[in-house]
Amino acid sequence: MNNNVFFRLDWMSILIYLALVGFGLINIYSTTFDDSTLSLWNPAGIAGKQFWIFTACLFTLPFILLIKSNFFEHLSYVFYGLSLLSLIGLFFFGQTISGATSWYKIGGFGLQPAEFAKITTALVIAAYLSEIQTDIRKTSHLFRALLLVLVPVVLIVLQPDAGSALVFFGLFFVLIREGVDLRWLYFGLGLIAIFIVTLLFSPLTVSGVIALILFVIFNVLKKSKNKLKLFLILVGASIFFSFSVDFIFNSVFEQRHRDRFNIILGLETDTKGIGYNINQSKIAIGSGGFSGKGFLNGTQTKGDFVPEQQTDYIFSTIGEEWGFLGSSFLIILFTLLIFRIVSRSEKQNSSYKRIFSYAFASMLFMHFFVNIGMTLGLVPTVGIPLPFISYGGSSLMAFSLMLFIYLNFDSQRLST
Amino acid sequence: MIRKFVLLSFTLGSSLMFLIQLLSLQIFNSDYNELSLNNAVEKRPIYPTRGLIYDRNGVLLVANQPVYDLMVIPENTISFDTLELISFLEIDKEELENRLGKAKRFSSKRPSVISRQVSKEKQALFQEKIWKYTGFYFQKKTIRDYNLPLASNILGYTSEINPSELKNKTDYDLGEMIGRQGIEKTYESELRGKKGFRFFQKDRFNRIIGPYEEGSFDTKAEAAKNLNLTIDAQLQAYGAELMQNKRGGIVAIEPATGEVLALVTAPSYDPNVLLGSDRSKNFRKLVKDTIAKPLFDRGLQAEYAPGSPFKTLNALIALQENVITPKTLFSCNQGHYYARGAFMKCHCPIGTSNNLLRGIYNSCNSYFAKTYVNILENDSTTAAGLDRWRDYLKRFGLGDYLGYDLPIGKKGFIPNSSYYDRWYRKGSWGPTTVISNAIGQGEVLTTPIQMANFTAAIANRGYFIKPHFTLPKNDTLKDSLFPKNETFIEARHFETVIEGMHQVVEMGTARIAKIPGIEVCGKTGTAENFIRLDGAKTQLTDHSIFIAFAPKENPKIALAVFVENGYWGGRWAAPIASLMIEKYLKGEVKRSWLENRMVNGSLMDEYMKPLSGKPFEINE
Repeated sequence: MNNNVFFRLDWMSILIYLALVGFGLINIYSTTFDDSTLSLWNPAGIAGKQFWIFTACLFTLPFILLIKSNFFEHLSYVFYGLSLLSLIGLFFFGQTISGATSWYKIGGFGLQPAEFAKITTALVIAAYLSEIQTDIRKTSHLFRALLLVLVPVVLIVLQPDAGSALVFFGLFFVLIREGVDLRWLYFGLGLIAIFIVTLLFSPLTVSGVIALILFVIFNVLKKSKNKLKLFLILVGASIFFSFSVDFIFNSVFEQRHRDRFNIILGLETDTKGIGYNINQSKIAIGSGGFSGKGFLNGTQTKGDFVPEQQTDYIFSTIGEEWGFLGSSFLIILFTLLIFRIVSRSEKQNSSYKRIFSYAFASMLFMHFFVNIGMTLGLVPTVGIPLPFISYGGSSLMAFSLMLFIYLNFDSQRLST
Repeated sequence: MIRKFVLLSFTLGSSLMFLIQLLSLQIFNSDYNELSLNNAVEKRPIYPTRGLIYDRNGVLLVANQPVYDLMVIPENTISFDTLELISFLEIDKEELENRLGKAKRFSSKRPSVISRQVSKEKQALFQEKIWKYTGFYFQKKTIRDYNLPLASNILGYTSEINPSELKNKTDYDLGEMIGRQGIEKTYESELRGKKGFRFFQKDRFNRIIGPYEEGSFDTKAEAAKNLNLTIDAQLQAYGAELMQNKRGGIVAIEPATGEVLALVTAPSYDPNVLLGSDRSKNFRKLVKDTIAKPLFDRGLQAEYAPGSPFKTLNALIALQENVITPKTLFSCNQGHYYARGAFMKCHCPIGTSNNLLRGIYNSCNSYFAKTYVNILENDSTTAAGLDRWRDYLKRFGLGDYLGYDLPIGKKGFIPNSSYYDRWYRKGSWGPTTVISNAIGQGEVLTTPIQMANFTAAIANRGYFIKPHFTLPKNDTLKDSLFPKNETFIEARHFETVIEGMHQVVEMGTARIAKIPGIEVCGKTGTAENFIRLDGAKTQLTDHSIFIAFAPKENPKIALAVFVENGYWGGRWAAPIASLMIEKYLKGEVKRSWLENRMVNGSLMDEYMKPLSGKPFEINE
């Protein structure tokens, strides 16, 4: 094997990365296009700004590739600590933009520490889980790992920026991969299922269905009395959960929270208030048809019907101007990238490197799932950007950095 | 190991879910496509100018003029000089606030009307101050401009389409003008033309940000058609002048073509009152006048007993049925007993013996009563005879709509046998029961245009052309559009009756209608009429009726004149008809003494009688 980093690089991921950012730039340009729009290269324009940040990121790539992976491994906790400090610092020095204190204003740039906390948390969880003494099956160790995740989450929720905080839950995929009892996964999935079904129908229906399942299982599993007991407990807990969801949803949630779920579940139609964004986004995407209206030709995009279109709703521009072809191409690119990262990380000798790469893929998935799901009206409205595509310097920098670190780790796959 | 595939299967699952959603939104759902078009694209209509209307000689009757709606976009307004604005609009402060509030409730971003149809002159005065009123602006609009204050009953009028109509007329936009009556209504699609559209790109605040797709979807407006009426504006104006301070109608038709030369109804109104900001006030006034009924077209809608002119038709039928000949004599002794104890009065002296000619020009009631009995008895039963008689009349266009190109009209009434079977017991009525029909009283009802039309049929010696109000674009269409409606009565019988009608003017009841140098044929009528007054059937002064055509050979004009409560035919209707003929055929009227008497004569006192609440004399 050639020792030169150049030949050991994961070129496919780099290609996908370049394709995604390039596609993103085109669409940011189109979204913000009007007669006064400056050229793509002019940093005074939105697309220009993004372009120059992208260029700056590319410059850091060789340097990051040259760093020895031990550097990250040893300094994981330090980075994590600095990151937490930067999050705490927000409460004293942060800029409040549309209600959330998530930004440092440095010169003309806004810096969003939560984006960088994603890297450091991934690093720290990789460091902790790869420690030789750590056994994730032990509850105490599991809780320590969870604590490492929850501290930044709490700090971010307090900003408040629930969207960014949500992404950290992607790290559960890492825990599952690294050996957490699978019953936690089934438990989590079960809770989500009951949650949705309860909102769609009613706690009584849920109880009825569960009772029916119980009856069937009771008849099938006549012999095994132990399991029957377990099932009875599960059923009881499910029914209890169902009723609590109902109670919390209707008595604890505020109307705006309820609205978000109700619209997604199709229980309410509202095209003026909270449903406006989703509806406009769906209209824009739907109007794209098979091959789209073409670059700069999106009438919905031009008309500014979809809010936050260069950031959170960028996918609607893609859907409108590039149609089914363009948007499915984008989805396939993301899927390929995640698959690529996961499969390459599975081949890592070092568990630290593997866990970090896996954490990166997990967070990428969370962004991908929540952002596109929201734009397509499948997931409740949560404002997070689409990695590499959406306008936003911090997000682009953080994800580029994570990708570069992954590339670094991947290129040193065979060394320990 | 399951663990390794959890993230991958979640990724794959979400991707598939997204692709399916994309398919359903982009490929299988066309609704979202159209919604986007509505959402981001504004379709703005371009209205062609409404077609012009000319008279038969190319005199412009109806044109267009600009007016201005004062519009407001509530969001853009800042404080302004309320006093100045209310004095300009001639409304009080409360009304202004009311209108502004209404506009705001409709939309704060979109324009609403504050004052409709401000005239060009008024707008020009205020235009120089409008800069002080941020958020207000004038929107140009086109309404009708009537060059002559006449023929409102023929022209009809236009007004803005109302919101409830829009449901059925989806082709119209709110605020668009639509033809309401008369020619404006009948020829709405021709006069309106076809609107075009321009498409504009909008942003989500409904602001236009430029043409959509460089105007590639835009369509051009199709120009409206201009119309030429068959009306002679001069004759129409003259008729209106003659009819002033009287009630009734004049219908003049060119017999050879069926073209209506004049359709006068009195009282009428100046079409200009239905324009401008006072439009609705004036319209209400016209609608509320339930006594003079200026919106009621007496020429088309009034069903009167035709009176003696109807005798000409009975004469024709009797001749065709061969139940009389021109030489048939009937006696009259100031009338006759047509049944036991039932006497029909006539003005012939005792001992008169009339042939047909004398019967017509002396308008002998007894002569036609006996003729009518002969007609009805010329079949197996009276009922069959009556229905046969009715068939003849239907061929003269009576008892049904004539089918002319104005949207209003009445059928009139010609009874059939089953009508009388319902009234009396079947078989228990005979010719004498229905004898009043002989002299145009009784059950028969006609409208003035029907009378003018049968007069035209007589003038044509056997056929009529459906009366109409617009000239076809080219003459080759005339024959196919307007075929002859035959009466199936022989021309020689017409000559007999026409001779009688000529005698009416020469030596009979309408000598006043004689015009030197023109052979006029006519027939007077005097119709009894009744109203219900305080619950009691009360007789009013007779209607004055005259039908005429001229010249006798090659007639150029046939007309019917109806003057309500004008006492007898020769008193008002015959002179008016005669003056109309003179005006039309000679271009000027020499008999100024007669003209003055007609123009200045008023029947308003007569019309006030039943309203006075006091007992009154009739036929004085």
